[in-house]
Amino acid sequence: MGHFGKAAGFSMDITFLLNEESVEIRGVTETTTLLDWLRDERGLKGTKEGCNEGDCGACTVMVTDGTGIRALNACILLLPQLHGRAIRTVEGLSAPDGTLHPVQQAMIDFHGSQCGFCTPGFVVSMATAHANGDTGHDDALAGNLCRCTGYAPIIRAAQAAATAPIPEWIAHMPALTAPGSPPQGQDSRSSAPESADELATLYAERPDATLVAGATDVGLWVTKGLRDLPQTIFLNRCRDLQQIETTENGTRIGAGVTMDRVLALMRDLHPSYAEMIRRYGSAQIRAAATIGGNIANGSPIGDNPPALIALDATLHLRHRDTRRDLPLERFFLSYGKQDRASGEFVEAVTIPRQPDRLKVYKLSKRFDQDISAVCGAFSITVQDGSVTAARIAFGGMAATPRRATRVEAALTGRPWTDDTVAAARDAWEQDFQPLSDMRAGAEYRLTAARNMLTRYMIADLGGQVSVLDVAP
Amino acid sequence: MTVAEPRPHDAAALHVTGAARYVDDIPTPAGTLHLVFGLSTIAAGRITALDLDPVRSAPGVVAVLQASDLPFTNDVSPSAHDEPLLSGGTIHYLGQPVFLVVATSHLAARKAARMARITCQKRDAILGYEDAMEADSRFEDGPRIWQKGDAGDAIDTAPHRIEGQIQIGGQEHFYLEGQAALALPGEDGDMLVHSSTQHPTEIQHKVAEALGLPMHGVRVETRRMGGGFGGKESQGNALAVACAVAARLTGKPCKMRYDRDDDMIITGKRHDFRIDYAAGFDDKGRLAGVEFVQMTRCGWAQDLSIPVADRAMLHADNAYHLTDVRIESHRLRTNTQSATAFRGFGGPQGMLGIERVMDHVAHHLGLDPLAVRKANYYAAEVEGGLSAPRAAEPHPPEDIVDPEKQGSLATGTDLSSRGATGNVPEGRVVQAPPGVQTTPYGQPVEDFILHEMTEALVLSSGYGARRERVAEWNATNPVLKRGLALTPVKFGISFTLTHLNQAGALVHVYQDGSIQMNHGGTEMGQGLFQKVAQVAAARFGVPLGSVRITATDTAKVPNTSATAASSGSDLNGMAVQAACDTIRDRMGAHLARLHQVRADDVRFADGMVHVGGNSLRFAEAAKLCYEGRVSLSATGFYKTPKVEWDRIRGQGRPFYYFAYGAACSEVVVDTLTGEYRILRTDILHDAGASLNPAIDIGQIEGGFVQGAGWLTTEELVWDDAGALRTHAPSTYKIPACSDRPAVFNVALWDGTNREETVYRSKAVGEPPLMLGISVVMALSDAVATCGTTYPALDAPATPERVLAAIQRVRDAV
Repeated sequence: MGHFGKAAGFSMDITFLLNEESVEIRGVTETTTLLDWLRDERGLKGTKEGCNEGDCGACTVMVTDGTGIRALNACILLLPQLHGRAIRTVEGLSAPDGTLHPVQQAMIDFHGSQCGFCTPGFVVSMATAHANGDTGHDDALAGNLCRCTGYAPIIRAAQAAATAPIPEWIAHMPALTAPGSPPQGQDSRSSAPESADELATLYAERPDATLVAGATDVGLWVTKGLRDLPQTIFLNRCRDLQQIETTENGTRIGAGVTMDRVLALMRDLHPSYAEMIRRYGSAQIRAAATIGGNIANGSPIGDNPPALIALDATLHLRHRDTRRDLPLERFFLSYGKQDRASGEFVEAVTIPRQPDRLKVYKLSKRFDQDISAVCGAFSITVQDGSVTAARIAFGGMAATPRRATRVEAALTGRPWTDDTVAAARDAWEQDFQPLSDMRAGAEYRLTAARNMLTRYMIADLGGQVSVLDVAP
Repeated sequence: MTVAEPRPHDAAALHVTGAARYVDDIPTPAGTLHLVFGLSTIAAGRITALDLDPVRSAPGVVAVLQASDLPFTNDVSPSAHDEPLLSGGTIHYLGQPVFLVVATSHLAARKAARMARITCQKRDAILGYEDAMEADSRFEDGPRIWQKGDAGDAIDTAPHRIEGQIQIGGQEHFYLEGQAALALPGEDGDMLVHSSTQHPTEIQHKVAEALGLPMHGVRVETRRMGGGFGGKESQGNALAVACAVAARLTGKPCKMRYDRDDDMIITGKRHDFRIDYAAGFDDKGRLAGVEFVQMTRCGWAQDLSIPVADRAMLHADNAYHLTDVRIESHRLRTNTQSATAFRGFGGPQGMLGIERVMDHVAHHLGLDPLAVRKANYYAAEVEGGLSAPRAAEPHPPEDIVDPEKQGSLATGTDLSSRGATGNVPEGRVVQAPPGVQTTPYGQPVEDFILHEMTEALVLSSGYGARRERVAEWNATNPVLKRGLALTPVKFGISFTLTHLNQAGALVHVYQDGSIQMNHGGTEMGQGLFQKVAQVAAARFGVPLGSVRITATDTAKVPNTSATAASSGSDLNGMAVQAACDTIRDRMGAHLARLHQVRADDVRFADGMVHVGGNSLRFAEAAKLCYEGRVSLSATGFYKTPKVEWDRIRGQGRPFYYFAYGAACSEVVVDTLTGEYRILRTDILHDAGASLNPAIDIGQIEGGFVQGAGWLTTEELVWDDAGALRTHAPSTYKIPACSDRPAVFNVALWDGTNREETVYRSKAVGEPPLMLGISVVMALSDAVATCGTTYPALDAPATPERVLAAIQRVRDAV
């Protein structure tokens, strides 16, 4: 295969476990995905390419490291990210003697496969959830698309297998060969710093380098944009960027914290935000994507910024040893442009401690694993029947994530009534002039955004407003 | 007996271990080359300059081919020879293949393909229905029109009338395995092609044409597809031909698989439709007359659009007896992907037209839509026989064929494609006897079981009580509204191109008693191979494990039809049964002679052969027959009886029988955002005497969810330049796990096929898709509670469309 090996554009040497076997790759090409390597280099054809962008889950693999067992999409997992971790593919799910994993057997018994192409990805996701004792099957499998079965038999299989013990060969993963040591052979082209300090120095020296955290976005530059990454800095070894610190004033979340951990954190702090995170990315995406990445890429349709802006979050930026803080809403300057100097990076974000008044409303064609047409975040404080404070922020309504300042002003100091909401009607059009695209038309975006305020009020008064909460 | 047992899919154990091999998984010889198309970036115009030098000099590139480099035919059309593999200079849609990169790796080819400099002279693209109608841009010479009775008069004189329009979006197949082919050059010009195709014979034919070979020089093998749904009936031609041509020119094996975005941008999808309707009816909602104008965007090439549009017309009645009806069908040529086969093949769109009419009529009269549907049903079988006399045995048919229409079957004609209309004689018509209820195209409806099925489903779903509960809920909930709908399906089974209703099989019994089975059908996940293997095992009375299923191979069974039109088990099951019976009869005769008993005293059961009073294992029997020089190999052949029709007039019997089903769905809608969920779906479906209930239920569950997806979240969006903006799963949303109904009850109707199909089973591939119509009708029901005007909900009913409908309904209050 022409694009593998040490011919050109190689850099680090990495080691990892593949189906319990130690693998060493010298001079890995940083843009080589695990999926291509598995299929083309190792001849392991069980892991499938369905979309090559992390949306279908046919390439799902099980990845274990010191922090747990996760399902990840191999199509947007770059080889350098694997150093020091253990990978299990569908070929490694059965026992060495061929005994099937309980989820595999259940998938046969309950007719969970038809064409079979998505099946390896499904069984790996199911085995991962099984290993973690996770019985929220719909959620665990939201990132695996099946076009044949209608999912019902797959869920029956997952339910049937849930009670089976974790197979011994899954529970006892052999120790990693060199979990602690960094990849060898790092050079100016590609490196994997061990700390934020190292990163700060490296990035200041090579401000044109691409920072790769979870690669859920950068992965697509490679698989769809076919871009080479002349200089890369992989962030997943910076443990100090993966810390969550809670103080009296708030919660500081390191830029490298993956979204599955943010979700767990928000279940207590701001449950509506947690529910949005559950929907915005599948288990595979949440396990890879980082909060820092979602903020730093500055997308107008990223779902974290509206929620964080409504929570009045502070962004912590760093350039070498110079740190500065700014309110998150001021980070987004214009489409594709953020207030970030060359060589400066997002180190963390802090959410101030506050009573939970937050509701995040994500609108998309499909509930799970879909990019928002509109994402609205509302935090409205009401005292004695009057609005004392309102923070409302939106994604999908402008070129950047943005506050609805005129709407906020139209509410603040007024009685918390239908009339006030109705009176704010014109303020919406002053705040936002959304575009029409393949996700939604401008009129729908504006109408739905406006209606979200009504929804917030009805919910605040105890009404039922979510179709997701309706029992059959 | 193995037939009727709920066996798992034949490859289930391979699927779950990742060992099932798809085209891209086949180990390739060293030196295999990889192919990628370079695509047009405009929708219509001419190429004025094509600079491929940067492509040629890109790393890993071995060759770059243009139309002028092709040695023989530059055509991959399954019908009208209007689909060049590579553009000869004219651009017909955005995404059309213009050149072909041959490189040492898939990635190298993809990178190189983007380096071309294509200069074009644009012209105005024809994208929408109105554009095409205005420009008279169409296939065939004008609209196809079928009539029965006098619809116009019946509508005008009816007590009530409505008019309306429904827009119905297309649908991307989103088979999880993208299109793929691998060509391996053999000696003396032979070519072996592995293709992910529903139609190996069509691949063989197009590859032979492209290589200037007779069909015997090309062998096509298909073990399985990772999903097809119609998207691999003709859309694999381009890849297979490209691989074969490149393999011929380079002497190397060549492989091509589409990246997902390329797949969605290049290949055809389900036809989108606009259906205008007018109906006249009485106080009970019984239709006096109905008129449909169906417009469909066929895209740039004819492909299979003619029979797709025909099938939409053939399903304009669905389950309803229309006495006075007029159907006008416009097959429009547009500068978009060439729409193609997709599960239901136009039937779903035609059916949605009449279901919309039922819903609209009920709303107009303030009746429960189910009451209106039932009032319009075809008559049922009644005690003592049919409500109408059973059709007479076919009498010598009246020959209405215009001899001038009998085109000559010239070389190059796509005989085995569904797109082959116009090249074959029109069929003859068997007239139904007077007094028999018939479809708008004159086919007697003799087996109408939907009255009983509907009653059973009303009971099992608790429709009546839930109708009341929904009304109570809606009276007390200002924001969230529920909706309920029960819709029927009647789907015609047979290829409408009559001569395709044939199949062949090849069965070998080896001297150790093991059996190898082959037929012309392809496995795309639907469980065909297992169902047919169950038939074979049953014929020999052996365990299923004795029967080995082998890949579909044009060298084993020639001249096959596509595995399409739900016909797989009906056709191939019968062909395999015939082959098995031939061998079994030979074995029986020999063993009877040996044991001096009559041949009908030989019985095959339980892995044994019982010969008079003696019993021997099947393997021993096989050995004895081999030693007795009995041929243990046989072909089998089957052709569907009774089908014959004239598609131009829309008269006759295109279908051997009908498959039925009914679904009851309940939804809840958020009137602030248009978001919704399917709360519950109950389905009762008719698979005749099921060959494998587990596999059939799988088809029903999967078909329903796919149909519901088509009508809800799956939205194809083209921009004004003709670019498909939804070309990846990030923007095109098929149902995910949590989108299936929260409560999902699926049952098989306990019945048998009145026609003599294989073990009296019925086809089940396509019909369940149309059960998804219940979801969009339930959404309409929920929206209607917000006001007084009719919601007129278009499809797909995205949250955006649902909210717009709610606003329409409210604004009119």
